[in-house]
Amino acid sequence: MVLIVAFLVMEALPVLRHVGITRFFTDPSWHPAEGFYNLTPMLWGTLFAMVGSVLIATPLGILSAVFCRYYAPPAVARPYRKLIEILAGIPSVVYGFWGLVVLVPLIGAIHPPGPSLLAGIVILTIMILPTIALMADASLTNMPQQYVRGAAALGLSRWATIRGVVFPATKSGLFTGVILGTGRAIGETMAILMVCGNVVQTPDSLFSPIRTLTANIALEMAYALGDHRAALFVSGLVLMGMITTLVAAADWISHGRIHG
Amino acid sequence: MEESMVKTMERNLDGRELLASTLVWSAAALMTATFCWLLGDIIWHALNHITWTFLTAPPRNAGREGGIGPILISTALILGVCLGVSIPIGLGTAVLLAEFTTDDSLFGRLTRRSLDVLSGVPSIVFGLFGNAFFCKTLGLGFSILSGGLTLACMVLPILIRSTEEGFRAVPTGYRLSAAALGLSRTTTLVHLLLPAAVPGLLVGLVLGVGRAIAETAALIFTSGYVDRTPESLLDSGRALSIHIFDLSMNVPGGDANAYASALVLVVLLLAINGTASWLAEHWLHRRIITA
Repeated sequence: MVLIVAFLVMEALPVLRHVGITRFFTDPSWHPAEGFYNLTPMLWGTLFAMVGSVLIATPLGILSAVFCRYYAPPAVARPYRKLIEILAGIPSVVYGFWGLVVLVPLIGAIHPPGPSLLAGIVILTIMILPTIALMADASLTNMPQQYVRGAAALGLSRWATIRGVVFPATKSGLFTGVILGTGRAIGETMAILMVCGNVVQTPDSLFSPIRTLTANIALEMAYALGDHRAALFVSGLVLMGMITTLVAAADWISHGRIHG
Repeated sequence: MEESMVKTMERNLDGRELLASTLVWSAAALMTATFCWLLGDIIWHALNHITWTFLTAPPRNAGREGGIGPILISTALILGVCLGVSIPIGLGTAVLLAEFTTDDSLFGRLTRRSLDVLSGVPSIVFGLFGNAFFCKTLGLGFSILSGGLTLACMVLPILIRSTEEGFRAVPTGYRLSAAALGLSRTTTLVHLLLPAAVPGLLVGLVLGVGRAIAETAALIFTSGYVDRTPESLLDSGRALSIHIFDLSMNVPGGDANAYASALVLVVLLLAINGTASWLAEHWLHRRIITA
């Protein structure tokens, strides 16, 4: 761990020293060859794709866990859980490939060009949904059964029980799941790279192509030299910082103030 | 008057209940539909393509024709390197964490915290690190060795944590009785704790292999692109996931083979995950979440 951070910092240091941190946000554009290093468009790309997919995947994931535990008849619930587990295990290249051959043409038919923020959001949603659903399912399973029985004894309806008793009781577990999903959404490289179009710009609509921080590293690492290469390590550092913050947040939520 | 209010409330409740049920069922239906669409699409396009020759033949014409033989070999070699390195280190660290440090010591907490962060770090960052450290600093270049080592860094956090769980699951009584019999710490470890913790190690191993085999981003800058059969560990070799990526992004007309390779990869992974959950259910009696 220390080694990894040390290496990232070491590789990033030269450019940080003689370019300065602020220029990564104030430069007019990302043209490393000419000495412009503005990361902001890609930061926005990462953020938009992440927020969009988390917003869609969270309710869907939690609802599907609720379905599994409280609505589905046992004969449906078991295969359904297996299905989500399988979905969680499918590698990201396969998602990306599917997005590229199925989703992108589909979106392209509605509003060209196909590769877009929307495609990225949809693919990310499909990818992080199983993570959120599995985590939510685990925390629903761990909830003391008395709560539900008590609610039933009070004559609460099914939805009222879930909303008034189950959700508050499992809040921290649900949050942790969402944060894990967010982490996966930020770190995802390949699937995003394949469906998002990779144009460096701050997206102005759902249908405009974007490039994320991770995709940027993957695309340019192959030929980057000198300061350009160092700048890519800076984006690596930024990603690392984001993830560390998320893990700390998850830790704080599950052990700290909000007790589930 | 009062009766009508109660009626309205009841109707509202019914309405909400109905809405909730509809929402929950449709969420589940949506997921199932997406899943069937995705897998169905891949299987449908790939099934005609997978033959024995496809699995063994070398790719021709940048992968548009031919098979994936050398790529499977490279994938296996990369995995081998990764496991060969990560099993001893992982086992050692897990023993250290579970048996030789107390829960609240500073060292234990720090290590555990950094492992948690590491397991969340994006794979592309591992790729950057691998490129800087193994390829450049250690001078291994783009090779199967650097790819495998990078993957080992990625797999280690999972491996360590689940092995540690395995050690923790061993009842304290075992340790106390061993101490009472006058066994040394090493003897206890080798003959008593290790066999008892093997299931945890295996589960971690299988999960780690699953993650490693699915990995693309970390391998592009470390193990390289070359699709020949590698001659030594210092040769560059192309992993299966990179093959899919390359076929679909850079090779026009490579779709059919990409579909077939994707199916091979998915089947491999399903087999691995199936083994993991089987092991978990039969030996650990505990559910392990594949995240």
